[in-house]
Amino acid sequence: MSQDYEVVIGMEVHAELAAESKVFCRCRTEFGAPPNSQTCPVCLGMPGALPVLNKKALEHTMRAALALNCTIAEYSKFDRKNYFYPDLPKAYQISQYDLPIGRDGYLDIDVDGKAKRVRIRRVHLEEETGKSVHAGDDIISATQSLMDFNRCGIGLMEIVSEADIRSADEARAYLSKLRSVLLAVGASDCKMEEGSMRCEANVSVMPVGAKEYGTLVELKNIASFRAVHRAIQYESARQIQLIEAGGRVTRETRHWDDAKGQTAFMRSKEEAHDYRYFPEPDLVPLLIDRSWVEEMRRNMPELPDAKAARYAREWGLPQCDAAQIADSAALAGFFEATVALHPDGREAAKWLLGDVSAALNATGIELSASKLTPEHLAEMLKMIASGMISGKIAKSVFEETFNSGAAPAKVVEERGLSQISNTSELEAVIARVLEANPGPVADYAAGKERAITFLVGQVMKETRGRANPGEVNRILKEKLSH
Amino acid sequence: MRLCERTAHDLRGMLVRGEVTSREITESVLDQIGKVEEKIGAYLTITPEQALAQADAADARIRAEQGNRCGGQCGGVGRGGDDATGQAPGILGIPVAMKDNICTRGIRTTCGSRMLENFVPPYDATVVKKLRDAGAVIIGKTNMDEFAMGSSTENSAFHITRNPWDCQRVPGGSSGGSAAAVAAGEAIMALGTDTGGSVREPASFCGVVGVKPTYGRVSRYGVVAFGSSLDQVGPLAKDVEDAALLLGVLAGLDGCDSTSVPKPVPNYASALDRGIKGLSIGVPTELFGAGLDPRVRKLVEDGISAMEGRGARTVQVSMPHAEYALAAYYIVATAEASSNLARFDGVRYGHRAAGSEDITSLMKRSRSEGFGAEVKRRIMLGTYALSSGYYEAYYAKAMKARTLLKRDLEAAFEICDVLVSPTVPFLPFKIGEKFDDPLSMYLADVYTTTANLTGVPAISVPCGLSDGLPVGIHLVGRLFDEETLFSAARALEEACGVARMRPPAACGCGDVEEGRNGR
Repeated sequence: MSQDYEVVIGMEVHAELAAESKVFCRCRTEFGAPPNSQTCPVCLGMPGALPVLNKKALEHTMRAALALNCTIAEYSKFDRKNYFYPDLPKAYQISQYDLPIGRDGYLDIDVDGKAKRVRIRRVHLEEETGKSVHAGDDIISATQSLMDFNRCGIGLMEIVSEADIRSADEARAYLSKLRSVLLAVGASDCKMEEGSMRCEANVSVMPVGAKEYGTLVELKNIASFRAVHRAIQYESARQIQLIEAGGRVTRETRHWDDAKGQTAFMRSKEEAHDYRYFPEPDLVPLLIDRSWVEEMRRNMPELPDAKAARYAREWGLPQCDAAQIADSAALAGFFEATVALHPDGREAAKWLLGDVSAALNATGIELSASKLTPEHLAEMLKMIASGMISGKIAKSVFEETFNSGAAPAKVVEERGLSQISNTSELEAVIARVLEANPGPVADYAAGKERAITFLVGQVMKETRGRANPGEVNRILKEKLSH
Repeated sequence: MRLCERTAHDLRGMLVRGEVTSREITESVLDQIGKVEEKIGAYLTITPEQALAQADAADARIRAEQGNRCGGQCGGVGRGGDDATGQAPGILGIPVAMKDNICTRGIRTTCGSRMLENFVPPYDATVVKKLRDAGAVIIGKTNMDEFAMGSSTENSAFHITRNPWDCQRVPGGSSGGSAAAVAAGEAIMALGTDTGGSVREPASFCGVVGVKPTYGRVSRYGVVAFGSSLDQVGPLAKDVEDAALLLGVLAGLDGCDSTSVPKPVPNYASALDRGIKGLSIGVPTELFGAGLDPRVRKLVEDGISAMEGRGARTVQVSMPHAEYALAAYYIVATAEASSNLARFDGVRYGHRAAGSEDITSLMKRSRSEGFGAEVKRRIMLGTYALSSGYYEAYYAKAMKARTLLKRDLEAAFEICDVLVSPTVPFLPFKIGEKFDDPLSMYLADVYTTTANLTGVPAISVPCGLSDGLPVGIHLVGRLFDEETLFSAARALEEACGVARMRPPAACGCGDVEEGRNGR
């Protein structure tokens, strides 16, 4: 990328609320249910049907807004955003226009060890649309389109940042942090692969030091963190190239094609909708009680930043390890359950970020879905600490536990893996080894101290790794010095 | 007097005393429909079999309740033996008609539009559910201006409805079918909806009582929306007592409608006989100015004098922003309608144009074919009023006018309890007379729209005939004070002595000349 340009990015993130029912009716929100099995007159926009706000949806949005350090509006309202689309049954979306539930917040991110604050412009609540299913290989050749309205009316939060983000890395860090905060407060499950978290990036470039932002381009259809990074890199390079070649960036919306790794023109500003926003007359304005907000603030769960600080303080974890665990609700929960059983945070963290994460990555299993439990990990750490198994044996015990779900103690017992620290048993093995290896014994006697390593190795081999290395060393030295 | 010509409270007494059955009442109404419906055209759908089944169920319920109450020995109680006794609601066994924009499960609900010609709702509107629970007999669905847009019922996509007082004239609108049905004895009472006067204007034209309750008093759930912030369901009845009875059944909080209000529902019937002694009646000078037909003015002024004769006090009040009400109304109502009617796109229900190649043409053609001229006109108006660049000039201005009107009313209600005016500035007009001049038709709503814009309750009560045509007086009350309104209306009704006005068509022998047929 050219040194002379600065990239300016604002993010708009949509996150489906993790509520059991839809935002304006009581329909269920289960993902993957048979098409149109979770619908009613309200979410289908039948004539005469009226929306009624689900309090849980409002609470989720307020909690998210509080977690993002927003001011919660005392007076908020819903508006209609009018446009025709087959998967929008009422031909308007109930959304919020000028009075969102939360505004003027911020989110602190960390990029390559550098702290950065991204301001949040607004957090508002709206309803999801349905989904068009095109019968055919693709949208162009499809001869008919079918509608699935199960998703229609699910509560959707829109989180809009200020244009404070300056690189693709920062954008990715912002999303990742936002996701961890939303997960921590339980507002959304943030599954990008299921579409419950989606993002759009507004990207512009300007010469370094310029006072005015360049013309922004809106990027849509970005479906993963990796795609966000690629899309921004591609688009900012495209804009710079265009300017360098003497062209001008035009205000437009572009589609990110992940397969091609390119953005493509979708529509220009002139083709933009006139949404004809106006206050939704079917819903009364929201008067949000201050004491309710304060109560909610008091009952907020610990957020990732505070959690990481606590881990570093209480368990002496390195800052980056603490943050890595705290940012993942799954890891943090697992970590806390483990240390509650075996109070060694450093070891627990080492395993979680090491072998556990590696195994999860290798198998593609989510921690919550894996057979490994905090009890398992704690048991293993205890066995290591007591010297019952060596660190090396522990790795194979872990592998077995992870794959089968068998308790580590049972694995150790069944496979006879417990460490031999019994002196007489070890002495017998050592005696055999010394007898069988007169060469190294002589070497040691001649002053080649490293010869002992070979002898230790032989003892380990004889005991299939079960011998306590410290004890072996001690006894060997004792025997050899005689 | 035939059963179909009687009031609900009358019939209720007879039912309780065992003098008549709901089946007999229902048969009388169906018989009247058989006699006059061809001339009047009040209905779009009549459901005789269901009605008779409901009547039989009501009769069984009445018998069971009488058995429980007094071991079958007593002959019933005073006025209808209503809710006060803890017994059956006062409309048990009474045939009621519903405007066809109120969803009825399993009965097609067309809104007077080709768009919904074959739409059979999978659910009942809350008001319908309440009527069913109260044991009312649903007789059918009444004709209306398409999507409740109009003041003459000439905008129905199916047929016009004629005024039972003069079959060459309109019954008013948009609840013209409901008003005509009640006036002609084709129903004992009926439901209408009122967005800008659509219950009160046809009530006035047909010589019946029509009420627009306080906004939020009656659930709108299941009522096909026109102007959501203005719409209310209201009763159309032969007299004030019946209207009070019916509103008592309709009113109350509904968990399915966020705009319905959690206030206890008073016993309206018991407020009827409060009288109007000492009541202060405000006469807004602005509403008696130019454009008011002198024949209407005469009868309304007579009505006001009659109220004074019964002990009411009149005061002159000012509604300085009244002149903006109609304009503000037509902005707000059309803006909301343009949004509310956008869902009729041929995708999920209702009319779908055949042979469209893509979604845009499917939507365009379905809407072009499904909607009539007046609906299209209003969608265009509303779309324009909301579009960016015009929003401030139109919609935002209209909302400001709305606030000013609210302040006018608050000031007026400082010095009076009820406001009085004509309901409509002119007499029922001839079919076709204003059909091609929408702006002059809109003037029919000039006195009624303020109540919708401000949410206050209002009622139209017949105050006499001029040239053989009914004239209505319009009373407006404070928010949620339907009781004062009913007591004033009741006194007015007695003073004017028109509670038993019967239109010529009601007896089934009125001469009908060929008028304008359809459109």
